[in-house]
Amino acid sequence: MLKLGVPSKGRLMDKTFAWFAERGMTMRKSGSDREYAGAVDGIDGVELVLLSASEIPRELEAGRIQLGVTGSDLVREKLALWDTRVAEVAKLGFGGADLIVAVPQSWVDVDTLDDLDAVAAAFRADHGFRLRIATKYHRLVREFLRDNGVADYQLVDSQGATEGTVKNETAEAIADITSTGETIRANGLKILDDGLIHASQATLFRGQISHWTEQQRKVYKQFERQLGLTGSEPPAGV
Amino acid sequence: MPNAIARETQRLSDVFVAAGAVPLTADILLRAETLLDLYGEDIRGRAYVTADPLRGEMMLRPDFTVPVVQMHMKTQVDPARYTYAGPVFRRQENDDSRAIEFTQVGFEVFDGANTAASDADVFVAISHALDGLPARASVGDLGLLLAAVSGLQTTDVRKAALLRHIWRPHKFLALLKRFGGGTPVSEKRKRLLSAKEPLLTASGDMGLRSQQEIEKRIAALKKDAQTPPISTKEVGQIEELLAIGGPLIEATDELVSLATTMPAIAKAVDQLKARNQALSARGVDIESLYFEASYGRTTMEYYDGFVFGFYATGTNGLPPLATGGRYDALTAQLGQGREQPAVGAVIRPDLVCQLREEQ
Repeated sequence: MLKLGVPSKGRLMDKTFAWFAERGMTMRKSGSDREYAGAVDGIDGVELVLLSASEIPRELEAGRIQLGVTGSDLVREKLALWDTRVAEVAKLGFGGADLIVAVPQSWVDVDTLDDLDAVAAAFRADHGFRLRIATKYHRLVREFLRDNGVADYQLVDSQGATEGTVKNETAEAIADITSTGETIRANGLKILDDGLIHASQATLFRGQISHWTEQQRKVYKQFERQLGLTGSEPPAGV
Repeated sequence: MPNAIARETQRLSDVFVAAGAVPLTADILLRAETLLDLYGEDIRGRAYVTADPLRGEMMLRPDFTVPVVQMHMKTQVDPARYTYAGPVFRRQENDDSRAIEFTQVGFEVFDGANTAASDADVFVAISHALDGLPARASVGDLGLLLAAVSGLQTTDVRKAALLRHIWRPHKFLALLKRFGGGTPVSEKRKRLLSAKEPLLTASGDMGLRSQQEIEKRIAALKKDAQTPPISTKEVGQIEELLAIGGPLIEATDELVSLATTMPAIAKAVDQLKARNQALSARGVDIESLYFEASYGRTTMEYYDGFVFGFYATGTNGLPPLATGGRYDALTAQLGQGREQPAVGAVIRPDLVCQLREEQ
């Protein structure tokens, strides 16, 4: 069996189902609507596993599922050296969202990461602690800020309603996912001109083929053919 | 191998004790806050973080420098020499071939009287400890760049900005370029700078950063816009300094001649010459040393003077066997009002054993 992990609810699940349906594979939850398992019609040997989108990267890495649909942001955040652990099979063209750095609109003196860095230095001197950036994408944000020479900040964890942290004075800036930027603006924030960390979208990933059984590889070949993905032959090993 | 590493660890400790060092032990769990204040958020990518409900975040020591400096600065001893040995822990996010735990044996000298002599003593102690191994040494001196920046004909604000990013070479060059007038000013920024009244936004004041702080920065930006750029000549001199690399004796000559047009580095060059002499006097063949003006800028962020590393020759990809340098400013940061010139280095006995085995 080739296990395919798909987000277990919401628009991401619906759109994933629709994407596969357009390519002749129909997915349905088995049994009651509450059950998180399902079947795939239109191809033999593929089993549907419904999971939280944020758990799919880890499950793929551990080899408990062989294929998975999730946001490319989550794979990059959750897996170190992600491109040696999993491979991108197809970008699905929906679920687009940008991971960005945003600051209050009232900071008229801040347009870029350079400004943010300068403000962070002054903020630390004035307030006695490092400027706080609220996020749940700790690794991606830290690497991005390091590569862009931003210092004297600290990351504070925010698992939800991140846009509200500045108003609530638990952070001075945020790094979060946005698709239209509307929530960001509605909360009195603005995106830095060079503040795009990663443009994410729903992506079909696969785990390491070298760990698969002969049978799983066979099914995968058929799976690729039916989805019209052949020609994107992956490099051996990964 | 573990036995061999333990024996090597003991041997190295003995070498340092013979050089006058007092053995020290240090905690493995350190307060995360101290390290975060010192290194910033980046340290989380390099150190293991753990926590308990009473003390909050703690880190497994990524090196001994912080606990050793803290211990020393509580005493009033001057001069003092220490040695220590034990495991350090390095979180690896991007390279699973690198060790996450290894032993370091260190030698630290706190001595305000004669920095050139202390620098040479530490280098010689490490060099003796590695006697007979196929290794070569690279040296550098961050004091030169610090002096060059401090001597620029520009505002203190710009100098402070450059000094803050000495250890981030990419950002440093970007700032130098901007202060040299080589970066175009965006339309948005021009509007901000030409506005008579501070620009107001619909959302109004929000968050801890006050309107006053924003206006203070706008005033600083306006002032900076009026400041003439750092001259092409001065930018060129900094670039020339950073490009110096070669046999130590030739590099020293180049620096001496650069100092005639760049008097700000003259004192630092004298320091370098005094150190060269001190090394020679202790029997170091300085003809064989390689000097790089940029050495230590990316990996050794608290060093601010002499820096050096010993590398295995003929073996590719092995991390340096030993690294060290001067960290005067760090003692001030951790010294709660006191400071004391300090220089030190660590050796990795695991690599020494590995190299012996390969021989």
